[in-house]
Amino acid sequence: MSLAKSPWIIHVNCNSCNGCDIEVVACLTPLYDAERFGVLNIGTPKQADIMVVTGSVNYKNVNVLKNIYNQIPDPKVVLAVGACASTGGIFHDCYNVIGGVDQVIPVDAYVPGCCPKPEAILDGVVAALSILENKKKGNIKGKEVPLKGNEVPSNA
Amino acid sequence: MNEILKILLVLIGAPILGCLIAGLDRKITSRLQHRVGPPLLQPYYDVSKLLQKDNIVVNKYQNVYVVIYVIFVILSLLMLVFEADMLMIIFVYTIASVALIVGGMSTGSPYARIGSSREIMAILSYEPILVLYAVAIYMLTGTFKLSALDKTSTPLLMYIPLIFIAMLVVMNIKFKKSPFDYSTSHHAHQELVKGMFTEYSGPGMAGIEIGHFYEYVFLLSLMFVFWKVNIIMGLILAVISFLFVIIMDNITARVYWQWMVKTSWTVLLVISIVNIMYLYIFNIKIM
Ligand code: SF4
Repeated sequence: MSLAKSPWIIHVNCNSCNGCDIEVVACLTPLYDAERFGVLNIGTPKQADIMVVTGSVNYKNVNVLKNIYNQIPDPKVVLAVGACASTGGIFHDCYNVIGGVDQVIPVDAYVPGCCPKPEAILDGVVAALSILENKKKGNIKGKEVPLKGNEVPSNA
Repeated sequence: MNEILKILLVLIGAPILGCLIAGLDRKITSRLQHRVGPPLLQPYYDVSKLLQKDNIVVNKYQNVYVVIYVIFVILSLLMLVFEADMLMIIFVYTIASVALIVGGMSTGSPYARIGSSREIMAILSYEPILVLYAVAIYMLTGTFKLSALDKTSTPLLMYIPLIFIAMLVVMNIKFKKSPFDYSTSHHAHQELVKGMFTEYSGPGMAGIEIGHFYEYVFLLSLMFVFWKVNIIMGLILAVISFLFVIIMDNITARVYWQWMVKTSWTVLLVISIVNIMYLYIFNIKIM
């Protein structure tokens, strides 16, 4: 019950152009006021429930992303915000880009758009809440993601 | 019988009151920022959510310090309710603060370490004023016991107004509010990640939050003591100091810790000593 009433988010900027980040931060401003749902933008992954990822994954930051994911205690959900985080977006065929966030860690909800409106992001957070509840009820644990496995390909 | 009732009231009533204080704090803060803000019971939701989460610890003793912190905060609140020795209350309360610092240090995270060392600086700057507060009570009554203050109908505030002003700033430091919120911050202001509490998760963090509920009540009761002879006036003083802390939080920006130590060791300490000198020179006593 109360799990959905106090979702604390951690915002991870993977490889974003900063467009999505500004929209995520806009959600916390007085105009949209995400805190009325109990949302706090918490700094440390150890106290977070929802991981909000913006931007596509590349070889440089893939381990940072996995590391932060592993540090969030269960139950946890991952929210991919923006086209880049969902699929790779306009950077999808860059030489250094692995792709969307779901190539590396399990993603529970996607917010499309480039960049998505703050309303859409808030919608995504609210959608993630019911997933969070279900994970708690079903006792579904996030698997630990191994840090090895996404090294720079030799032909790059 | 009466004693047991009092103990139960403190053990059960104080966290409920503290939870409401914390919720009111967030509500007023958001109204001052022109936001709707979270519901009043948000701190309760936060704690019950944290209790449901997994516990990830860096070492096994990390959460022991949280337990020590909660126990000693409750103990100091109980001693205050039973009007015990003021000096002893301050010492017991210091152990609670130190437990959190040691807990933060034990995790080894650089953020927690910097947060802890800044908290040490905070203790360094408010502790002398707390001790002078106790000394003033001693000079007025000839004993550190708080029960001696009941002998007169004149409130303590009339004798030591300058120490009251210094204590208002101490409240700001102890509530960890801006401009002194650099060791850790409640509302995700995110300097140093989460400062001292970076490595706490789930139940450990919930314990710290519950400890904070007790601590809020304890700190506001310290202000209540200034007008202990009349309960209504005492409560008004506590509310005034609470509002002062929130408004200061919203109208000021964070300062360097050097600034805090300088201010408290010059301005606050000097006005407290002036107050004590005044009591000494004119030989004022509560008989
Ligand atoms: S989705 Fe668009 S706005 Fe967001 S990070 Fe990608 S390119 Fe930038």
